[in-house]
Amino acid sequence: MKIVVCIKQVPDTAEVRINPETNTLVRDGVPSIINPYDLHALEAGLQIKELTGGTVTALTMGPPQAEDTLREAIAMGVDDAVLLTDRAFAGSDTWATAYTLARAVKKIGFDIIFCGKQAIDGDTAQVGPEMAEFLDIPHIAYVKAIDEVSTERIRVKRMMEEGYDIVESPIPVLVTVVKEINEPRLPSLKGKMRAKKAEIKRLGFDALETDEHLVGLKGSPTQVKDIFAPEMKKDRKVLKGSPEEIVEQLIGVLKEMKCL
Amino acid sequence: MRIKVDIELCTGCETCIDSCPYDAIEMKDDKAFINEYCQLCRNCLNACPEGAIKEIEGEEPLVTEDLSVYKGVWVFAEQREGRVSDVALELLGVGRELSEQRGTELSAVLFGADSSEAKRLIQWGADRVYHCEDKIFDRFNDDPYVDLLTLLIKRYKPEIVLAGATPIGRSFFPRVAARLKTGLTADCTSLKIDPETGNLLQIRPAFGGNIMATILCPNTRPQMATVRPRVMKKGVFDESRTGEIIKIDAENLKCRTMVIDTVKEESETTCNLQEADIIVSGGRGIGGPDGFRMLEELAKLLGGAVGASRAAVDEGWIPYSHQVGQTGKTVCPKLYIACGISGAVQHLVGMQSSDVIIAINKNEDAPIFSVANYAVIGDVKEIVPMLIKKLKEVKGQ
Ligand SMILES: Cc1cc2nc3c(=O)[nH]c(=O)nc-3n(C[C@H](O)[C@H](O)[C@H](O)COP(=O)(O)OP(=O)(O)OC[C@H]3O[C@@H](n4cnc5c(N)ncnc54)[C@H](O)[C@@H]3O)c2cc1C
Ligand SMILES: Nc1ncnc2c1ncn2[C@@H]1O[C@H](COP(=O)(O)O)[C@@H](O)[C@H]1O
Repeated sequence: MKIVVCIKQVPDTAEVRINPETNTLVRDGVPSIINPYDLHALEAGLQIKELTGGTVTALTMGPPQAEDTLREAIAMGVDDAVLLTDRAFAGSDTWATAYTLARAVKKIGFDIIFCGKQAIDGDTAQVGPEMAEFLDIPHIAYVKAIDEVSTERIRVKRMMEEGYDIVESPIPVLVTVVKEINEPRLPSLKGKMRAKKAEIKRLGFDALETDEHLVGLKGSPTQVKDIFAPEMKKDRKVLKGSPEEIVEQLIGVLKEMKCL
Repeated sequence: MRIKVDIELCTGCETCIDSCPYDAIEMKDDKAFINEYCQLCRNCLNACPEGAIKEIEGEEPLVTEDLSVYKGVWVFAEQREGRVSDVALELLGVGRELSEQRGTELSAVLFGADSSEAKRLIQWGADRVYHCEDKIFDRFNDDPYVDLLTLLIKRYKPEIVLAGATPIGRSFFPRVAARLKTGLTADCTSLKIDPETGNLLQIRPAFGGNIMATILCPNTRPQMATVRPRVMKKGVFDESRTGEIIKIDAENLKCRTMVIDTVKEESETTCNLQEADIIVSGGRGIGGPDGFRMLEELAKLLGGAVGASRAAVDEGWIPYSHQVGQTGKTVCPKLYIACGISGAVQHLVGMQSSDVIIAINKNEDAPIFSVANYAVIGDVKEIVPMLIKKLKEVKGQ
């Protein structure tokens, strides 16, 4: 079984703050991490390999420093790591990202592709399904458990609004995973040693044999027009007085709203 | 458009590096260099004290198609078990506004369900419904949804197509956009028409809700977007509204995946948060599971439901199904009472469109007060029990 896991390097959004004066993101000392959902995707890939044999390849598209992310994946136990990096890929939206990743995955070869449900910087959850479309293979999104897998088929639990579906798909397939699916393993000592020395393969625009109008900014149908700080309500009333008086006013508000 | 560093002006001060949310600026030979991670967010433009970071026009993708042939606003009306979901009705609300501004018609697309549901979409504001009743849509599989929606879009050429940001919408919509080579913007919280260009302005939170972004899809059509449930207000229901229902045949739809079973999970995961008119929500300031028992009592007296911040859920005081916010549910009740919640952006994005917000917090600088209509600066452990007592008196219990 040939498994490819797509991982993305993201800023740790829990640490990101806004500077209210300039309306810009304060990134001082904000670390870059593997997108948390992608750790679960890696774990899912590694578990299947343990079951069926084969190889797991981690793939990321990003700047040269995204290599760190791949070394972490190697420390967790993946066999191979590929970095897709080229200035031509700058400004990619989800369409262009998915297209570029799909071209690379085709080169690498695959039976199952794992992605995270979404990346925490953009939260779009689009790259996985779009990639599957470019590869002309089925996908199953929001997977919270893998029930069965063979070389021909996979059966999973897919989260829905009010529960879950049990879904079966032929292989090849692309699966996006939610956190409930597993507990990602920690890197082993041996893994860390291997990660230090491992060679990371690099692929650039030329290797993908595609048209420059399909990647990067030129290949991106969407554009970011502007970014701004979330707007806040202004018409607010502060309820003052002793706790008794405050409760009295609250009852008044509830009555006025016909909540009583 | 591109962003470039003017090497002549760059002094190598490194100020710009931290302004970039994507780690796209690095130092090369003591000068700033913008690498391939650049997402063109323009955050760095003002950061440079020398004005060395510049936006370079040109390199716009070519518009090869006549975009003016695309007309009308479409809403993909998701159905589950034969019933149109509420998010579809909410989309008809915003869809109506958009179509009026563009001077075009509003259509709904319904796969599965029967003609009474198609009629209901008209009563909720659609001028036209494209309805395919085929059995293949009874359970959700991506392939037939993608194939048929793509086909209809190619045939009728709508300008804007919207869907709910539900597990279904977020799964199959990206494939449609990929196939049509057009843009898709996920989880929009506001949709407007740019009066100058007529383009759809798609506004959405990014970076965990820390910032809002306006996204455009200027050179391809349709412009596609998903919207979370409970973010938009439903349109107006008019029993007597009439419209056209166009029957669509499902021919040769392929389906590679197969849903073997559909399992509903117990009330643990399906609390009625999103249907409630009143939500009493608790955060870390509530102090523990007992605090939630108190909130449950208050909610019961008001006929509402109990919500929670992620901090309270992480503490294990209440199940995840109650979580409100970016990684929880988006709610829009008539009244939201936030008790001991600081109001982190990730929480605010899930509740700030509530009609009225009451916030109780002992820290007067808590950000929750910035969205509150009524601010109570005080201790929840004091105010809430007293409020419960008073409510019981008022209700004569
Ligand atoms: C990617 C990401 C996604 C997230 N998603 C969500 C999400 O979906 N929903 C969510 O809620 N959070 C989410 N968070 C977490 C969010 O950033 C905050 O950490 C969280 O909302 C804080 O919860 P809190 O307000 O209950 O706790 P705190 O921030 O600890 O605030 C407690 C508040 O209670 C007040 N208080 C304490 N004691 C009392 C008292 N006796 N009486 C009155 N007031 C009192 C304090 O003044 C304080 O303001 C997310 C974070 C990340 C990074
Ligand atoms: N630049 C990238 N490199 C590798 N994988 C990516 C990249 N962007 C997105 N992905 C994958 O697609 C998933 C969804 O990302 P998104 O659509 O950006 O929310 C992530 O969890 C990753 O598995």
